[in-house]
Amino acid sequence: MRLLVNGAWREIRSGDLAAALEELGFGGSVVATAINGQFVPASGRRAVPLEEGDLVEVLAPMQGG
Amino acid sequence: MLRLYDTEIHSRLLLGTARYPSPRVLTDAVRRSATEVVTVSLRRESSGERAGQAFWSLIRELGVRVLPNTAGCHSAKEAVTTAHMAREVFETPWIKLEVIGEHDTLQPDVFGLVEAARLLCAEGFQVFPYTTEDLVVAERLLGVGCRVLMPWGAPIGSGRGLNNLFGLRSLRAHFPAIPLIIDAGIGLPSHATEAMELGFDAVLINTAIAEAQHPALMAAAFAQAIAAGHAARNAGPMAPRDVAMPSTPVVGQALFSSAAQGVAREAS
Repeated sequence: MRLLVNGAWREIRSGDLAAALEELGFGGSVVATAINGQFVPASGRRAVPLEEGDLVEVLAPMQGG
Repeated sequence: MLRLYDTEIHSRLLLGTARYPSPRVLTDAVRRSATEVVTVSLRRESSGERAGQAFWSLIRELGVRVLPNTAGCHSAKEAVTTAHMAREVFETPWIKLEVIGEHDTLQPDVFGLVEAARLLCAEGFQVFPYTTEDLVVAERLLGVGCRVLMPWGAPIGSGRGLNNLFGLRSLRAHFPAIPLIIDAGIGLPSHATEAMELGFDAVLINTAIAEAQHPALMAAAFAQAIAAGHAARNAGPMAPRDVAMPSTPVVGQALFSSAAQGVAREAS
């Protein structure tokens, strides 16, 4: 299915967010996730099914003021 | 010592981590500033570059406390979602809450700010709201559970110092027991000294240090300026006067001419 991941369309085979993160190359990374504007905690990623066209945000620590 | 929620810190300089020319320069600036708290943010991660992972390693090695922000959020909902994500990644209840309401000045949307602060405080976040010097907004923020306020000095990144001295003095006077941290707009160490002399508890600096020609040297200058301003406040500054008053005693002054004697008679 196609997901909009961090603003870019990606073709994903995984059915849940935890697996999709591995597939996208974020395995082992310190990231926070949201789907369609809703925060998804790390503990809940496996329970969240993905749907065609979902907006997925994968955020990491960055410089800030 | 300064108490921010249940945390005690000694340095009254909080440091932003953005806009430094390199990680090495940032590291040097953090060390020379002697700060105990740095601000950080969350941004999209690229699985290829993994820039966020490298940055996070660097910050952890510095051993400082982090204050995550919600920079770039323009609604309470965005800010609340970002705060949830930040709490998980940075493992802290602290959140520097920014809800931006105006593009050119990056002025806070104080209505969205109060709403987001209400929701986050209710969830146990320790909220550091980026606000204006408005007393009513400050009262509302305290009313929903904030125990620290971060009024702006001037628009973010402008380096213009304290734009509204009367308003900031008034804020300090109205909330004598609340930690007040000047956030944004400081351009020079003298601005930071002025803030501390006014009785503010701490100052958050980013651009003024990051964009100096020698950030580490400027970080040290700010640390000294903030310590000096804080000491001056504790020392109790004199009240200004509108007319001169000789500092050298007048009693016992010699008179060297009759004209001067006449002046002395008229004056007495």
